[in-house]
Amino acid sequence: MAERSFAKEVEHLRLGEGETFKGEAILAITKGLLQAGVSYVGGYQGSPISHLMDVLSDAKDILDELGVNFQSSANEATAAAMLSASVMYPLRGAVAWKSTVGTNVASDALANLASGGVKGGAMVIIGEDYGEGSSIMQERTHAFAMKSQMWLLDPRPDHACIVDLIEKGFQLSEASNTPVMLEVRVRTCHMHGSFVAKDNVRPAFTLQDALNNPSRDLDRIVLPPAAYQHEQEKILHRLPAAIDFVRDNRLNEWFGPEQGKVGLVLQGGMYNNVIRALQYLGLSDAYGNTQVPLYVMNVTYPVIDTEIVEFATGKDSILMVEEGQPEYLEQAVNTILKRKGIATRIQGKDVLPMGGDYSVQALLSGIGAFLEDNHPHLLGNRPPLPDARDVLTLPEVENLRTVVPSRPPGLCTGCPERPIFAAMKLVNQDLGEHHVSADIGCHLFSILPPFNLGNTTMGFGLGAASAAAFGQKGSKRSIAVMGDGGFWHNGLTSGIGNAVFNKHDGVFLIVDNYYSSATGGQDILSSRASNRSRKTNNPIIKAVEGVGATWVREVDRTYDVGQMRKVLTEALTTQEEGPKIIIASSECMLNKQRRVKPLAAKAIKDGKRVVKERFGVDEDVCTGDHACIRLSGCPSLSVKQLDDPLRDDPVAAIDNSCVGCGNCGEVSEAVVLCPSFYRADVIHNPTRWDKFKASWSLALVSYLQVRRSRRRVGVQFA
Amino acid sequence: MMRDDTVRLPLAPAGDATERPISLAIVAMGGQGGGVLTGWVVKLAEDAGWVAQSTSVPGVAQRTGATIYYVEMMKAQNGRKPVLAQMPTPGDVDVVLASEFMEAGRSILRGIVTPDKTTLIASDHRSLAISEKSAPGLGIADSDAVTEAVGVVARQEIVFDMNALATENGSVISAAIFGALAGSGALPFPREAYHAVIGSGGKGAAASKRTFDAAFDRACAPAKPADAVVATPPPATLPRFEDRRMAALGQRIEALGLPVRVAEMALHGLAKVADFQDLAYGTEYLDRLEAIYRTDRALDGASQDYDLTFQAAKYLANAMTYDDIVRVADLKTRAARRQRIVDEIGAKPDQILHTTEYMHPRLEELAGILPVGLARWLKHRSGLYNWLDRRIDKGRRVRTYSAGWFILLYIVGGLRSWRRRSLRHATEMAHIAEWLQQALHAAQQDYELGVEIMKCRRLIKGYSDTHERSQSKFSKVVATIQQLQGRNDAAQWARRLRETAIREGEGGDLDGLIRTIRSFT
Repeated sequence: MAERSFAKEVEHLRLGEGETFKGEAILAITKGLLQAGVSYVGGYQGSPISHLMDVLSDAKDILDELGVNFQSSANEATAAAMLSASVMYPLRGAVAWKSTVGTNVASDALANLASGGVKGGAMVIIGEDYGEGSSIMQERTHAFAMKSQMWLLDPRPDHACIVDLIEKGFQLSEASNTPVMLEVRVRTCHMHGSFVAKDNVRPAFTLQDALNNPSRDLDRIVLPPAAYQHEQEKILHRLPAAIDFVRDNRLNEWFGPEQGKVGLVLQGGMYNNVIRALQYLGLSDAYGNTQVPLYVMNVTYPVIDTEIVEFATGKDSILMVEEGQPEYLEQAVNTILKRKGIATRIQGKDVLPMGGDYSVQALLSGIGAFLEDNHPHLLGNRPPLPDARDVLTLPEVENLRTVVPSRPPGLCTGCPERPIFAAMKLVNQDLGEHHVSADIGCHLFSILPPFNLGNTTMGFGLGAASAAAFGQKGSKRSIAVMGDGGFWHNGLTSGIGNAVFNKHDGVFLIVDNYYSSATGGQDILSSRASNRSRKTNNPIIKAVEGVGATWVREVDRTYDVGQMRKVLTEALTTQEEGPKIIIASSECMLNKQRRVKPLAAKAIKDGKRVVKERFGVDEDVCTGDHACIRLSGCPSLSVKQLDDPLRDDPVAAIDNSCVGCGNCGEVSEAVVLCPSFYRADVIHNPTRWDKFKASWSLALVSYLQVRRSRRRVGVQFA
Repeated sequence: MMRDDTVRLPLAPAGDATERPISLAIVAMGGQGGGVLTGWVVKLAEDAGWVAQSTSVPGVAQRTGATIYYVEMMKAQNGRKPVLAQMPTPGDVDVVLASEFMEAGRSILRGIVTPDKTTLIASDHRSLAISEKSAPGLGIADSDAVTEAVGVVARQEIVFDMNALATENGSVISAAIFGALAGSGALPFPREAYHAVIGSGGKGAAASKRTFDAAFDRACAPAKPADAVVATPPPATLPRFEDRRMAALGQRIEALGLPVRVAEMALHGLAKVADFQDLAYGTEYLDRLEAIYRTDRALDGASQDYDLTFQAAKYLANAMTYDDIVRVADLKTRAARRQRIVDEIGAKPDQILHTTEYMHPRLEELAGILPVGLARWLKHRSGLYNWLDRRIDKGRRVRTYSAGWFILLYIVGGLRSWRRRSLRHATEMAHIAEWLQQALHAAQQDYELGVEIMKCRRLIKGYSDTHERSQSKFSKVVATIQQLQGRNDAAQWARRLRETAIREGEGGDLDGLIRTIRSFT
């Protein structure tokens, strides 16, 4: 069960010939795959391609009608290996993941796949998580395409262009027996736009056909001498076939006048922003009618020599617009022209930034500098360019720099991981700081304020593995944190199995929140929900014990800070040998609320008795020390300034977004912080017994209250 | 040289709406509904037959981090499709919608709000960032700085609390921002078109529409200058107590002829102290304050606006109302407290409210309210003390309004009558006497330094361990300040010491500063 239902989006997948699709590009891609007649789809969720996985998960009916096998793969390597179905059979298949992280994981399978080659079209949808808003290291997938020789498509950010390239990409894959990557950047994935749909295609040759008529060809298997043969095939057959296909089908595009002193060569993905930059320079209108010749590479690998030569011929200079580094394309273009003895000057990273987003602003200044140098005449009367520099130097704005606080992401309201890290912080207070190997997932937010816990992160599911070096016995133990998502992705073997086998002495904390939460709440093996198309409810503890772990503790309510603290302390101090494994389980609150809230609302409406809980702070008991916040960081726990001249510091306050998880109360109790926290239970539709009890005790309460207030001197002002 | 060589570019006119698309950026925090608002804006444009494109970079920011959504829209000419950019360009954004005030500030720092172009529509409510909340003491960013910047960078500004307006109307902030956008007239679409977008939304549409309309009207209404003039000087007349006996004590303060600011603080202090214990305790507060005032006057405090008395009025009241279990029990059992919770969570009359307190008393706190002799006796019996502590020192969930627990809390709250004989009271009174003596002593030579020592009382806060730590910080700071006596810059150092002590452990290094000071004293 994902974070939300995608039933509405699923309907988009049913659109037929001539109907207009409107929505996000990642959904357009999903539709494009069905239009291209895929037999199978796999992948691993993660921004920006989670949406593709989520929508297909909810689209079982459509997929069944079309005979498409969709899988949420265990990891990207699994997904890549799935493409082997296209090696021997004319089956089209696609897999998707976040890159470069996913491609890193998949690269072994991809290299094998690319070596032997494919018969059916094989496509990897690459969600290129690069630039602003990215959550991973800044690298390019381009390198993987080149090293394994897989074709890399980089379509213009336009739904019709992207969807068309999916169809063409499969044809290219089949024509050149080579797997293809379709790269879409974050902003493009989340881009709202439209295209005219076609009917979905049911594959002519099905998976059942393949199973019923298995076929094998030793030449396709990566073993010598075939492996050497594969390399020759790549050079002598597949590459030329791909170049021919790309050229003959005009996958790359040309815009603007045919001739010119200067020209721009750009990755397809750069197109929209380049047009805007040209528009600012007075060299294009809003519809892309440019005055500068453009060669748009919707295919960035392979580079089509003849097209480059043709474009460069007659031009004094060319600007290569290529986001990210190293500048593979700029080098390639230089090599091509040098070999042909063409003297056209190539500029690129010398005027454009080496790394980072190619924003309109960056392009504007780079293209401007290029034209200024090579063809200033074009710049004509130099219309004023958008420029905020003057505004940014105003004293009022300068002043803001020190005022506006940074706003890092953090754990959600009521997150079950918060008490785990609060407990860990308390244990550190008792036993000293420990080396903490963090992992990828929501729990990585522990490295940020207010917890500031975590020394390294080495990749998804590798939290446990990255503590491997610290396995020897000593006075202090390492703590490795891993989520349930990472655990099933690879951590069971790479981390836990490894630790058991090598008799690691450290502590391994597995955070089990019932979903792959950070990527949108997808189900995984240990999810507790029942899922009609997947087998869930496979407890982590069975797997851990299955690989031989002996010291295993489960905390089945992470909000019990005291218990969490006790178990962590025990793990850090016990004399028992081997890895100390803690499985801390509570449901992801975001998903829980999505599940529970509508049910509660309905029950209240139906007149059923429902108790709603939330926490509060007694403002006159709170002393404004904020120690509770430094052990929480909950979005619903904030501070407020009281209207009291005697108080200097704002007091803690909890707003109505509180979901009553209990963390703040538990923490203040465990640390003996202060008695300001209370839980308020509101009984909706109380029973008669509730009412009777309440009326009796409240009568007593108010009698006593009146009695005391009569004896107390009134201090109100008139 | 090219300027003379002007080239007229044969570009086709882009259309009657604008040469370039209208660009709109939404700056928000993850989970605030920026995606919904973006969807509405896109639909608004598409319904009018325009081409609209939105992009976003949710990523990890979807978990409460700062994020940005970007929309471009254009009336397509003759069915041609414009090419729309994927990110805002500083200096060329027509509309910025900010769903929180610091995010509005951040958008200004991104350069997307400029005086020649941008309509800035921002809610001025605050959702505090973690650094503001976790800061010990006061860490809240200065909203006025954003207001000032908005004043100079926005072409048109519509700023009000859209969150409160949305809550009043039972909806979410997106609807209020959408209404303010419509009211601003920044987009060439009629009000009905906006309604249509919301109307097609289904659940909650009525509340959204109500919120939209309220925000629309608010955005259209001319700014009320009255709002700005609220910060009037304090009234010349002092507040008066309702209760006759309190009023009589209040007379004593008035009789001193203090500046209004000081007298007012003393009245608030008196109220707090009397509320904590009784009238006699209030009298005690006044006696102490009057003594301080006499010293202050002798030190020519008039020239300092009686700052020493002012600070004493404030911090003496806080010191005398120390946080013991009697006070906690008393506050938790008051009628006003229950009413405040009912209001805060919006419990209705046909619903039943219970509260559960998370308490963790230790023997330390319980022993504190025992009479001095008994408490000291117990503390010397470490075996017995520890045995008792093991039975007491644990977290307790107290069902406040159940008869049993309430009676218990009520009894503890009623221990006020013997509080003055308790060990805790004796300890606190000794501490107060020492602190006042130190402050007054310092003030004899260095008025400002005396004031700084008064203010150091702010360091003492919290319960149990936190309280003990704060007391040790206080002692360290005051001891160091005393070493500074006689230096011209003593007061400045004292201030620095205090500020550092407040931030101790969260960016403040008190021991480091103390070492620095020792190196030159």
